[in-house]
Amino acid sequence: MSSTKLRARNLTAYYGSKAAITGISIDFPERAVTAIIGPSGCGKSTFIRCLNRLHETAPRASVEGQVLLDGENIYDLDPVRVRRRIGMVFQKPNPFVTMSIYANVSAALRFNGRHSRAETEVIVARSLEHAALWEEVKDRIDAPAISLSGGQQQRLCIARALAAQPEVLLMDEPCSALDPIATSKIEELVKRLKSEYTVVIVTHNMQQAARVADYTAFLYLGKLVEFGPTEELFERPKDKLTEAYITGRFG
Amino acid sequence: MSGPPPRPPVSKFDRTSRRLVMNYVVAGLCGASVLVVLYPLLDIVYTAFIQGGGVLFQAGFLTDTQPPPCSAISCNTVGIGPDIEGTLIMVGLASLIAVPLGTFAAIFASEYKGRGLGRAISFTADVLTGMPSIIVGAFVYTYFVLYAPTIELSPQVIIPSAIAGALALAIIMLPIIVRTTEEALRIVPNSIREAALALGIPKWKSTLRIVFVTSLPGALTGILLAVMRAAGEAAPILFTAAGSPYYAQNLNQPTAALPLLIYTFALSPSSNWLKVAWGATLFLLIMVLTANIIARLMIHRMAVRMGRI
Repeated sequence: MSSTKLRARNLTAYYGSKAAITGISIDFPERAVTAIIGPSGCGKSTFIRCLNRLHETAPRASVEGQVLLDGENIYDLDPVRVRRRIGMVFQKPNPFVTMSIYANVSAALRFNGRHSRAETEVIVARSLEHAALWEEVKDRIDAPAISLSGGQQQRLCIARALAAQPEVLLMDEPCSALDPIATSKIEELVKRLKSEYTVVIVTHNMQQAARVADYTAFLYLGKLVEFGPTEELFERPKDKLTEAYITGRFG
Repeated sequence: MSGPPPRPPVSKFDRTSRRLVMNYVVAGLCGASVLVVLYPLLDIVYTAFIQGGGVLFQAGFLTDTQPPPCSAISCNTVGIGPDIEGTLIMVGLASLIAVPLGTFAAIFASEYKGRGLGRAISFTADVLTGMPSIIVGAFVYTYFVLYAPTIELSPQVIIPSAIAGALALAIIMLPIIVRTTEEALRIVPNSIREAALALGIPKWKSTLRIVFVTSLPGALTGILLAVMRAAGEAAPILFTAAGSPYYAQNLNQPTAALPLLIYTFALSPSSNWLKVAWGATLFLLIMVLTANIIARLMIHRMAVRMGRI
C-alpha cells in the first residue's frame, strides 16, 4: 500500500441539524484511484464535498472532524488555498458559459496566479492533452466553451481542474450526464491520471468503480460500511451489507 | 380473454367539438387582448409622427433654443437644443450614480444573501419601485433645494439644478437596476459559482468576473429600462431641475429637459409651443425606441454567445 495523501478523520457533515454523513474515516492512498460507492442519498456527494471544503458553502451546512492533506488539517487552512490544492469535477459539466475553451482552462491560472502568457499557454495545452481533449479542440481553442458536446464539456472541466495543478482530484459522478462513449473516454482518462494525481471518484455505478478504482469505499446511510482494495471489496466483501449491495440485492 | 370494454355511445354534440369551440374562444380572447394592448403604443407613435414629424425635421430644431410663446408665423424659429442637452446631462449623471450603486447593491443582495442586509436591500428596492415619482422629486427638492439656503457655505446649490434633477432621477433608476440585476444574478446556475470556488478562485473575484459577467445580458436590460424610464420622467425633475429656456452653463442652475418642455408647452395656448411639444415628443420617442432596439440587439447577441437562447 502506497503512502497516504489525504485522510478523512471521523468526518461528520450536517445540513442544519441533520447529519448527512457520520463519523467517516478513510485514508486515500497517493497516486491511486479511490472510488466511493453507495445507493442514492447515502452521502457520497456530501462526503466528497467535505474534502475540498465545498460542503460548508451551502446554506446552513457545517462539518465536524478532520481532513488531513499531507498531515495538515484542511479545516485549519484558508479554504481558497485548500481548493487550489484539491481540484474538483462535478456531476454535470459546468464550463464558464461566457468564456472560450482557452479561457475556461486557463481560468485558475489567470485568476489566481501570476503566470506569463507563454507559461499559461503551455499549461493549457498540457491540461487539454491530459484530459484527452487537445486533439479535438486545438484548432478552435478560442471557440465558446458551450459549442462543445456534453462529453467534451466534461473533459474541458477536467482540463480546467488539472490546469490549476492540484495534488488531489475529486470527481463527483463525472459520467452521470454522459453517454457510454464519453463515459469510457473519461474512465480511460481517470486511469491515466493516477500516475500524477490522487483521485477520489464518486460513482453510483459499481462496474465503473470496478473498472477504474484501486480502492473502493462503500457508504450506506451516511456511514462507511467497508473500505479496501477494489478487488477484495467486490470479490470477498467482509460485510453482509456490502455483499448485498454489490450483488444487487438492494440500492 | 375478452377485448377492450365497449366505447360508450357518442352524443351528437360530443366533447371534442366543445373543446374545439372553447379553444377558439380562449385564443380569440387572448388575441383581442393583444390588439387592445398594442393599440395605445401604435396610436402614440402614429400621432407623434403626424403631429411632430414636420417640425422635427425643420432646420435647427434640434439645436436652437426655445421660441417665445406666440402664434404668429414670424416667430417660427423653434428649437429644443437645451432640452436635449439637459436630458442627456441629467440622465447621464443619474446613471453615473445609480448604475454602480444599484449593481453593487444587487450583487450584495444576491451573492451575500442569508444576512439581513441582503433581504433589506430587495425589500427597499420593491418599496422604492412603487414610490410615486412626484414624491421622489419632492423629497430631493426638500433636501437639496429648499433647505440648502440655510447652508451658507454652499450658496451655489440654493436653486433647482441639474445635480438635484440627476439625484431625483437616480432614485427612480436605483430600484429598477437593483431588482433586474438581482434577478439576473439569481438565474446564474449555482454550478458556475461552485466551479469557480472549486478552482480556488476567491469569492469576490468569482462574483465580479464570472458570476456577474454571466448575468450581464439581464443586468444590462435592467440598466436600459432604468435609463429609458429616467429619460421620460417629468415628475421627479419638475421642482428639482425646474426647466430652463437656455443651454446649461453649469450643473448648479435650473436645467431644461425634454419631458419638462413637453409638460409646459403641451398645456400652453401658443400654437407654436404646441408644435414644439409634438416635435419634442417625437424626438423623445425616437431616442428611446432607437436606444432600446440597439441595446436589445446587443444584449441578444451576448446572450446567444453565452448559449442562453
